[in-house]
Amino acid sequence: MSADTLTADSRPASVPAGTGSLKRFARRRSTIAFLMTLPLLLVIVCLVAYPASYGIYLSTLNRTMERSIGFGNFEILFDTDTFWNVVWQSCIFAITAVIAKALIGFWLAHMLHHIPTKGQRKWRGMLLVPWVIPPALSTLGWWWMYDPSYSSINYLISLVGAPPVPWLGEPLWARAAIIIVNVWVGAPFFMIMYLAALKSVPEQLYEAAAIDGASSFQRLRYVTVPMMANIISITVLFSLIVTFANYDIVRVLTNGGPRDLTHVFASYAFQVGILSGNIPRGAAVSLFMLPILAICAFFVLRGVTRRNKEQM
Amino acid sequence: MAQVSLRKIVKMYEGDVQAVKGIDLEIADHEFVVLVGPSGCGKSTTLRMIAGLEEITSGDIAIGGTVVNDIPPRDRDIAMVFQNYALYPHMSVFDNMAFGLTLRKFPKAEIKRRVDEAARILDITPLLDRKPKALSGGQRQRVAMGRAIVRNPKVFLFDEPLSNLDAKLRVQMRTEIKKVHQTVRTTTVYVTHDQVEAMTLADRVVVMNHGVIEQVGPPQELYHSPATRFVAGFIGSPAMNFLPARVENGAVHLPGGAVLPIPEARRARYAGAPGLDLLFGIRPEHLTDHRPGLPNRAEITITPEVIEPMGMETLAHFHLGEARDCCARLEPTVAAEPNVPLILTADMNNMHLLDARTGRVL
Repeated sequence: MSADTLTADSRPASVPAGTGSLKRFARRRSTIAFLMTLPLLLVIVCLVAYPASYGIYLSTLNRTMERSIGFGNFEILFDTDTFWNVVWQSCIFAITAVIAKALIGFWLAHMLHHIPTKGQRKWRGMLLVPWVIPPALSTLGWWWMYDPSYSSINYLISLVGAPPVPWLGEPLWARAAIIIVNVWVGAPFFMIMYLAALKSVPEQLYEAAAIDGASSFQRLRYVTVPMMANIISITVLFSLIVTFANYDIVRVLTNGGPRDLTHVFASYAFQVGILSGNIPRGAAVSLFMLPILAICAFFVLRGVTRRNKEQM
Repeated sequence: MAQVSLRKIVKMYEGDVQAVKGIDLEIADHEFVVLVGPSGCGKSTTLRMIAGLEEITSGDIAIGGTVVNDIPPRDRDIAMVFQNYALYPHMSVFDNMAFGLTLRKFPKAEIKRRVDEAARILDITPLLDRKPKALSGGQRQRVAMGRAIVRNPKVFLFDEPLSNLDAKLRVQMRTEIKKVHQTVRTTTVYVTHDQVEAMTLADRVVVMNHGVIEQVGPPQELYHSPATRFVAGFIGSPAMNFLPARVENGAVHLPGGAVLPIPEARRARYAGAPGLDLLFGIRPEHLTDHRPGLPNRAEITITPEVIEPMGMETLAHFHLGEARDCCARLEPTVAAEPNVPLILTADMNNMHLLDARTGRVL
């Protein structure tokens, strides 16, 4: 006699048949699992799926948002020099800034890792300050420092007899200025992630490498970097996404100028969508990042999964 | 191949903690020396100083006649096997083994020849393409040994290499290590806290305690002629029994009134013993069930508290006066019962008398 039969037979006569099957349904592992993940699913639907779908929907509307024009907004953007300038500027900005942040963060983490624990905390706290201050506020400080007439940076440059630099007035300098601020804000994040990763590399691997004949640089190349590969990949991916979507630094420092040459996707989308009142086209600008980042994410996460399978 | 010399080696850590207190040790070419002792005795620190992974506070370490105090590990021509293997998880077994040779810019053909040869010796040829994650503990240990062998270094250093393995695999790998040493004959320094490993592997055993060397000698010498109470108690399992004793009229007087005559051949050796506070030391295997008529045997009557039948032998645990945790090894056929008096025979040819104050064996 099966368990189901037993349950059915032993059911009190007063309990209706439907109540029992409902109870069994509620007690099923798959039902419980679904109910337990439901809050997370709701959060994803409300905060990720809906806004993303709505953004895609918006990008297909006309300026007055009354009718669908399909890929019309994208076609118009592709015919605009400013848009391609934004694509170019965003890529240069994101790639340069992420590489600089990764290198500086790695260097800082390495330096910190070799400071005795007692003094390390103090330095770690100080180096994290740029990341902790709200970027809009700290960028305002940088804006003052970049001022052509009164800035501290130009004052320092004048001490060595060099002419003042038009930091935010010339496109090239303005692009560099934006990257510098972004690196200043973001490098501590890399530092703290890399520091955690460095601490997780077993000391005996370094000792084994030292005995095997590895120099300091070879230990870095053959032990540290491969052992940190997953953290490096994930941090770079995360930072690439955040840097591509950066808005506040460009907005406060240059507002996209001079001549719209320092716009990135987010600031240009804001200008087109909010300031110029063309929300569908603004949505189309912001959606343009999606395929680029999705491809990056695919390759990075595939590498992470492969390494995890092989090593962990 | 090389000899290793340690001269007045001292290691101090922060806070004036002295881990190694001026040890001297000469290790001959081809010799297999095991440093053994309890945790914190300084054996691993000594090994790491030989490897160059720890700085020496004072003293000299020479490998092959060259003082290596200021020479970095990579230039000492040594290879080390770590307790947790320290294999590079992102490299295949082949790459792990070849790493040291690659860094030293050996030709690829030579690297392959050496790795293949080491893999053959260690029976890991089918594993060469795998990553360490896909290996069992024993296989990882073999790879770690392979990494050391391919380098053909002057000295092998082993830092508790079998500690992470289960008991059965440990015995198997112990034999493997001995086989490898018999094949390659490289000077080897091996650290362990397991006295069975020390006894079975070593040409000479160095017993360390509290940062000093208690005794150096071949395993049999340490077992039969320990120099101190620590060595006598550390070597052998179950440990040697120590009973408070005094010597009078050519006999050892034990608590509870037992009187054990000292063999004629040993009387001169214990001439100064009367009047001293002594410990009578005897191993459980020399305290056995009653066998009347054998020469230089003495009887002790005990009341066992616990009887442990082990199959090939039976252990009887008892206390005698103030001496607790005493143990005797009986034939498995002996019908011993807890709390039933039992007559034991002490083999007085293998007894030891120790100065209770200094712990030195007389």
